[in-house]
Amino acid sequence: MIEFDGVGHRYGERVVLADVDLVIPERRVAFVGLNGSGKSTLARMINGLVLPTTGKVLVEGLDPAKKGAAVRRKVGFVFTNPDSQIVMPTAGEDVAFSLRRSPLSRAQRAERAREVLAEHGLDGYADHPAHQLSGGQKQLLALCGMLVLDPDVLVCDEPTTLLDLRNKRRFVQLLGQLRQQVVLVTHDLDLLDDFERVIVLDEGRVVADDRPEPALRHYRKLAE
Amino acid sequence: MNPLGLYAPGSSPLHRLPAGAKFLGMLLLVTSTVLLSSPRWLAVLCLAVALGYAVARIPARRLLPLVRMLLLMAAVLFALQAWLLSVHDAAVTALRLVAALGAASLLTFTTRVDAVVAALERGLGPLRRFGVRPARVGLFVGLTLQAVSTLSGIASSVQEAARARGAERSLVAFAVPFLVRTLTYADELGEALAARGAGDED
Repeated sequence: MIEFDGVGHRYGERVVLADVDLVIPERRVAFVGLNGSGKSTLARMINGLVLPTTGKVLVEGLDPAKKGAAVRRKVGFVFTNPDSQIVMPTAGEDVAFSLRRSPLSRAQRAERAREVLAEHGLDGYADHPAHQLSGGQKQLLALCGMLVLDPDVLVCDEPTTLLDLRNKRRFVQLLGQLRQQVVLVTHDLDLLDDFERVIVLDEGRVVADDRPEPALRHYRKLAE
Repeated sequence: MNPLGLYAPGSSPLHRLPAGAKFLGMLLLVTSTVLLSSPRWLAVLCLAVALGYAVARIPARRLLPLVRMLLLMAAVLFALQAWLLSVHDAAVTALRLVAALGAASLLTFTTRVDAVVAALERGLGPLRRFGVRPARVGLFVGLTLQAVSTLSGIASSVQEAARARGAERSLVAFAVPFLVRTLTYADELGEALAARGAGDED
């Protein structure tokens, strides 16, 4: 469960978010909005990458402002550009990097990384140079780096922006199969058919909050 | 082309050596290149590094691009220094470069980065009482090795974009986008590391 209670955020004088009140128990939720609407800032608040300047966020009852490390253990975050998220030279090492604080030995971490890569379409890529993977494979690798920790919540900030149509569909199909609660920030509206709830933001405020069809109708009107 | 080669799996004696020992050996060799100023001794160091490559049995297809790049860099540096200073100084600088970069590449060819990071964290453990944070030092070294590859990728794509605009000889056309993309990369990397809990542990 994710809760936003009177959440606001400003960068200097610029108000990015204002008075956001949301309770999100659904497993598949999307944030949509025009550029600069505040949706990425709202998503970053879920694992404490950005803290609210007013109000409070709670993730499974934990406040990221006070229990940042604990929240980050529960919340995985996938960014738009996987090149910025991949921090180790090979795919296997990068996934194992996420496990560096686990009690597993180095060999066990490497084995677990191989398993997670294999489970998500990257079987045999553990020793492959990460930055030589295709765009779709890199985004899968970024996802594996999060899933290996088995978080409760997965936040994805425009993860399909750099992918072709096939990889977009594959990525979203994969998201649909996960046990985690997924919060997706996206401009790819046709990928949201199976989502339970779509929250539309405009100029830092929630302007629609509904099932995909009515919420996206509202969003399309905004964009006209 | 990444000046530091990526790991090439193998079972040679160098591959099997503990990562910490190899890291120390590399540090010792690089320090020696700085301390020595005789071209003859520096040439001996280059030969020792070359011997290391022979022992490690790095595949030729992985080795050739590195050798080409090292020789090109050394030749340019030698010509420049010989013109500005002397042939002796030029030889010293070029040999230092070949020995140091060759040794660093040999380490990355024969050792996984996470093994180097783990060895560093173990080795620096006793310094914790003096305020050293081994996890951070290990992460720093791992990210540095990884950043070399990423930055060379950024440089290639910026050069390509400059060529597409017919500006391949313009320093500004290279430097400005390279700087912007490097800073953006640093910013995004910092955010990604925070999201993956780096810094939470210590």
